[in-house]
Amino acid sequence: MNPEDRVYTKDHEWAKIKGNIATIGITDYAQKEMTDIVYVELPNKGILIEAGDVLCTVESVKNASDVFSPVSGKVVGVNKDLEEEPELINKDPYGKGWIVKIEMSEEPKGFMSPKEYEEYLKSL
Amino acid sequence: MYRQACYDEPLLSEIGEREESGYFPGAEVNIPNKLERKNLRIPQISENRVVRHFIRLSQMNYGVDTGFYPLGSCTMKYNPKYSEEIASWEKSSELHPYQDERTVQGALRIMYELQEYLANIGGMGAVTLQPAAGAHGEFAGLRIIRAYHELKGEDRDEVIVPDSAHGTNPASAAMNGYKVIEIESRNGTVDLDALEAALSERTSAFMLTNPNTLGIFEEDVVKIAEMVHDAGALLYYDGANLNAIMGKTSPRKMGFDVMHFNLHKTFSTPHGGGGPGSGPVGVVEKLRDFLPVPIVGYDGERYFFDYNIPYSIGKVRAYYGNFTVLLKAWLYIRRLGGKGLVEASEMAVLNSNYLRAVLSKHIEMPYRPLRKHEFVLSGEELKKKGIRTLDIAKRLLDYGYHAPTIYFPLLVREALMIEPTETESKDELDAFAGAFLKILEEDTETVKSAPGNTAVKRVDDVRAAKNPVLSWKDIG
Repeated sequence: MNPEDRVYTKDHEWAKIKGNIATIGITDYAQKEMTDIVYVELPNKGILIEAGDVLCTVESVKNASDVFSPVSGKVVGVNKDLEEEPELINKDPYGKGWIVKIEMSEEPKGFMSPKEYEEYLKSL
Repeated sequence: MYRQACYDEPLLSEIGEREESGYFPGAEVNIPNKLERKNLRIPQISENRVVRHFIRLSQMNYGVDTGFYPLGSCTMKYNPKYSEEIASWEKSSELHPYQDERTVQGALRIMYELQEYLANIGGMGAVTLQPAAGAHGEFAGLRIIRAYHELKGEDRDEVIVPDSAHGTNPASAAMNGYKVIEIESRNGTVDLDALEAALSERTSAFMLTNPNTLGIFEEDVVKIAEMVHDAGALLYYDGANLNAIMGKTSPRKMGFDVMHFNLHKTFSTPHGGGGPGSGPVGVVEKLRDFLPVPIVGYDGERYFFDYNIPYSIGKVRAYYGNFTVLLKAWLYIRRLGGKGLVEASEMAVLNSNYLRAVLSKHIEMPYRPLRKHEFVLSGEELKKKGIRTLDIAKRLLDYGYHAPTIYFPLLVREALMIEPTETESKDELDAFAGAFLKILEEDTETVKSAPGNTAVKRVDDVRAAKNPVLSWKDIG
């Protein structure tokens, strides 16, 4: 199930917030919907991003989907392992399949709690 | 039961450089001795072996000539053979683009008349035949729109598309340097509130397909045109679905300013492996001065290339477009006539709705029931059985059908997009529906392991996407 230690968006991103660093990925539901992921177009380290902007593009055998940044700030880390093994997102969406780390420039807002996200998934 | 042929057929280059026996047709060559090469590394293979090679490959292939091809949005209608025959005549196939105009009056007349026919069908003021495909037409059309705004001194850098749009729409806009604004649909059609909110003095154009990719006619189109024009923007018609409304209405009547025609869809010229395509662009009178050069003109006596277009965006393709495709479209229009074109649209819509009525009793179809030339089912419910849309598509191959378009449009979950076209009989539609409904009853394992009757079994999509083999030289 969706881990308790993080927050979620209606676009099926998750964010794990520690201090002012948010680690971002896509949820288990999202990876299942996308099916086999074959390519992740990662952003460059150091770029500034606004909440709601396209953070990266994830491509599966089924389609290509934009991942939107749930927070504003600077990209301070990208998961380079996804270049060789994009399937990490399928295998371990909440762990080794993380996508970027963002140093937040403002308070994060508009997230759902794990329980709210659970309810949201049921409504789909 | 369908069984596709499967040969372990080598490449011609693997058959060997020289076959010893067989039938070798003589060839007359007039190449001077000094230019002749002694060692030419091309295989020398008998005629019978070459014929078998290509017949075998064709038997391992699937096309409109093999069977039903309901690939939604692609309009895979049957391509009549008379047009192939005429296009292969020397008079058309041996033309050279640098020939003197006086020696190609017939070809120019065909192009001129095709411009006129298309302008008539679209209600447009002028047409260019240059673009070589639908997306190329979109690119050229947006270029024209851009030039129009620039000449007026207006800086408009946004293009709006609905979420039901073909992927080429936002891509063409981005290629033209535009920022793309996507708006969500409501009940399968444009949400006027969302459009109102997106329109501004930044808007250059709104791109719309009508009927849209769900096969639904955008009934608010006249209102949409008014809103777009009030914002000072232009309305672009993606002609991919023109085959549903030909002769019934026209993009002009709906308020569009620029459009493209997919000759390889609506006008029955081959596409897929058999292309090339052709995507002429039509514009209303006020945009004529921006068309690519040249268009074909006629002064009452002779046909000529007209380069006199003051604000032309320039050429968008070498020479004048894909001439033999233009010829085939001209033949199609001439052969059917105005009444025939209307009937083609009517039959396309009837076939689609017949198949839709049969299938949608057994599988979910979101949004309203009545559709135009195509419809989109949702395989979402089947996920409970462990079956996905992809599996249905693969299993259909076992019954001898080409798969429908899947996972598009994106606003329908597990989408299956079916377009039968007007060139199929009721028997063919019934047989396809029979196979489709049978698959819905089959056990999960059978469906998930499909296809088994094809020359190539289920391909490894992941490996193909991650390690694409793009040349025969890369084959292991």
